[in-house]
Amino acid sequence: MMNAHVAQDAMTMATDKAAAEPILRARNLKRHFDVSPPWLNRVLERRPRQFLRAVDGIDFEIHKGETFGLVGESGCGKSTAARLAVGLYAPSSGSIEFEGVDIGPLSRKQMAPLRSRMQMIFQDPYASFNPRWRVKKIIAEPIRVFGLLKTTAEVDARVAELLTQVGLMPADGDKYPHEFSGGQRQRISIARALASNPDFIVCDEPTSALDVSVQAQILNLMRDLQRQYRLTYMFISHDLAVVFHISDRVGVMYLGAMVEQAPSAELLRNPRHPYTRMLLDAIPDLDMSGRARTPVSGEVPSPISPPSGCTFHPRCPHANARCTSERPVTIATDGGGQVACHAVEEGRI
Amino acid sequence: MNNNQSNSGALLEVKGLRIEFPTRRGTLRAIDGISLSLEAGEILGVVGESGAGKSLTGTAITGLLERPGRIAGGEIHFNGQRIDNLPSEAMRKLRGKQIGSIFQDPLTSLNPLFSVGRQLIETIRTHTDLTPRQARARAIEMLTQVGIPAPEQRIDQYPHQFSGGMRQRVVIALALCVNPKLVIADEPTTALDVSVQAQIIDLLKTLCREHGSAVMLVTHDMGVIAETCDRVAVMYAGRLVEVGPVQEVVKHARHPYTRGLMGSIPKLGEEVEHLVQIDGAMPRLSHIPKGCAFNPRCPYATARCREDKPEFAQAGRGEVACWLWEGVDPDADPDQLFEELALAQRARHQAEAGNLAVKKSVQACGLEV
Repeated sequence: MMNAHVAQDAMTMATDKAAAEPILRARNLKRHFDVSPPWLNRVLERRPRQFLRAVDGIDFEIHKGETFGLVGESGCGKSTAARLAVGLYAPSSGSIEFEGVDIGPLSRKQMAPLRSRMQMIFQDPYASFNPRWRVKKIIAEPIRVFGLLKTTAEVDARVAELLTQVGLMPADGDKYPHEFSGGQRQRISIARALASNPDFIVCDEPTSALDVSVQAQILNLMRDLQRQYRLTYMFISHDLAVVFHISDRVGVMYLGAMVEQAPSAELLRNPRHPYTRMLLDAIPDLDMSGRARTPVSGEVPSPISPPSGCTFHPRCPHANARCTSERPVTIATDGGGQVACHAVEEGRI
Repeated sequence: MNNNQSNSGALLEVKGLRIEFPTRRGTLRAIDGISLSLEAGEILGVVGESGAGKSLTGTAITGLLERPGRIAGGEIHFNGQRIDNLPSEAMRKLRGKQIGSIFQDPLTSLNPLFSVGRQLIETIRTHTDLTPRQARARAIEMLTQVGIPAPEQRIDQYPHQFSGGMRQRVVIALALCVNPKLVIADEPTTALDVSVQAQIIDLLKTLCREHGSAVMLVTHDMGVIAETCDRVAVMYAGRLVEVGPVQEVVKHARHPYTRGLMGSIPKLGEEVEHLVQIDGAMPRLSHIPKGCAFNPRCPYATARCREDKPEFAQAGRGEVACWLWEGVDPDADPDQLFEELALAQRARHQAEAGNLAVKKSVQACGLEV
C-alpha cells in the first residue's frame, strides 16, 4: 500500500513538474564581496578597490519536488549560491525568485512568511547546534520561532514525531548534541529542518563529514523524506558520485559561473563542457578499468582576479584565442541542458 | 603474510599488534591484534570508517604514538629489525630516512616560519652527508619531480604562498627526498579537490614506482584505493576483517562488512533508488561487542558470531576473519556464497511469515494451538 502511494506520488510529481512554475529561479544572479584594502592603504599605496566575484551571473531553475545538484571545486561559489537561494545573502545584482517573488529586495519582515518554507542543512551539524541545548529544544526552535504550534504538549508531540521520522528515538530528545555520533547529529539537523514544514531545503555538503556507510543512511533518509513530503532540494557537494546519485538535474560551477547544467543522467552520459569532462575524469574509479585519464593540470585560479574571457581557458585543452578574450554565453544543448563554452558552440568538441 | 614466522621477503611486518589507552573507566583497546605485511615496492591500502584504527596503525609503525596510548602487545618488524621497542633516538633516525610520512593536512605538517627550501634542505642534510649546496640542488630536483613549476623561485617561498595541492606536493617531496623504503600516507588527498586529488595520486604512484618505495595508504575513500593499491586491508573497530588483492576485495569481497561498505558507495552511472545501507554505527571502543565486532550490524550473524571472535583465515588469494567462511572451501566464489545466504535468509523470512499467517488463520477459526 505504501509502495502504491509512493508510485502515485512520483507520477503526479512527473506530470506537474512539466507544467508548474519553478519553485526557485535565479536570473543573472551575482554576489560580489568587497575585499579592498582599507581606505587609508588605498589612498597612500594607490591600491585599487578589489572585489571577489563569488557568484558571477548564474541562471538556474529548480522545480517542485526535484533535486538540483551543484558541484564544483572549493572556492567556485557553490556555498554562496546556496546562501543566496535562501536569502541569507542579498544579491549584488540579478534576481532570485521564490515562487515568482523576488526575495532579493525583501525586508526581514516581508521575508518572514517565506523563511519557514526554506531550510538549510549544513556540513557540520555540531557547529550549527547550541551545545547547551537539549535536542528537543534544538528541534523545536523553528516551531517556536515561527509560532507554528501553541501548546507545549503539541510541540513535544511534534518533536517526538520528527525524531521518529529521522530514525531516532523520541527519548533522544532529552540528550545533548555531544552525545550523538556524526550521522545521528546530521539526522537531528534534518529533523530541525523539517520542523517548520518547509518546501525547499538547501543541503550544503550534508554528507561530506560522514563515513560512507553513514552517508548511505543519510542519503536514503533524505530521499524517503523527499518522496513523502514532496520536498525540493538544492544539494551541494564536491563529491560527484553523491550529487549524481541524489539529483535530477546537476549544475557545474567554476569560478562563480555556471558552466554547464543538464539532467544528471544526460550530464553523466554526455558531458559537453571541458571542465565537466575533466571533473568526471578525475573521479577515482571503483571499476579499475584502467582507462586513460586526460591529465588534469592546474588548479582553480583566484576569484579576485579571474582569467579573461572564459575563466577556464588556462586549464582547458581546447582553448583558443577567442576563449582568452571573450566570455562565452550560455547556449541550450540538445540533451535538455545548457552549456557555456565557445568550443561547444563552434562544434570544435 | 600468514602467521608463519619472519617472512624474509616482507619489508614491513606487523604481528598481533595491540594498542591500548588506559582511561579512568578502564583500558580501551583501540587496535586488537592486527597482523599485516608489506613487500618492497608494494602499495597497501588501509580502509575503514573513522575510529576503526587506521591512522593509529600508521602512527604505531612510525613510532609517533602519543601517550597515554601504548603498544600493549605484538611486534613490528621493519627490514628484518624489530622497531616497536627501539629507543626514541634510534627511531628518530629511522623515521625520515627509512620511513617517510605524509599527513592529511599539509599546512600542519609544514613549519609556517621556514621557507619550503629550508625545510627540505634540513631534512636532506639530517639524513645524508650532502653539502648545503648539493642539498639545495637535491631539493630543487625533488620539487621538479613533484611537479612544482619554477622550483628555483618557489624553493625560497613560505608554505602560505602555496595552494593546498602545491603544499601537499611539497609534503610529498619532503617525505620522499631521502628515498625512504616505506612511506606511510595518512589520508593524503582527503583535504583536496577531486581534480587535484587525481594529480596527487598519480604523482604518488609514479614516484613510488621510480623510487621503489613501499606505501601504506590510509584512506576512507574506496575509489582512491581501487585506483592506487595492490592489496587492501579493511579495518573495523580496531580489527582487521579482510585483506586481499584489490580486485578481489572491491569486486568480490568476502566479509559482510566489506560488501556493505562497497554497496553503500554511490557509483557514477548506476541509478538506484536506495543505496545499500549498513544499519547502525561502528561500536565505541568501550562497548565493542563480544565475538565478532560486526555481529550487531551483520545480516548473517549467527549465535556463534555473538560468542567467539573469528580468526583470520586464508580465503582465495586473501584472508578474512568471518565465521561464514568456516568450513567453506576457501576458493569458493564469494558472490555465489552470499547469494545463497541471501536466498536462505529470504526463505527463512518467508517461512516465518508463513507460520505467522497459519497461526493467525488458525486463531481466526477459533481453534486453540
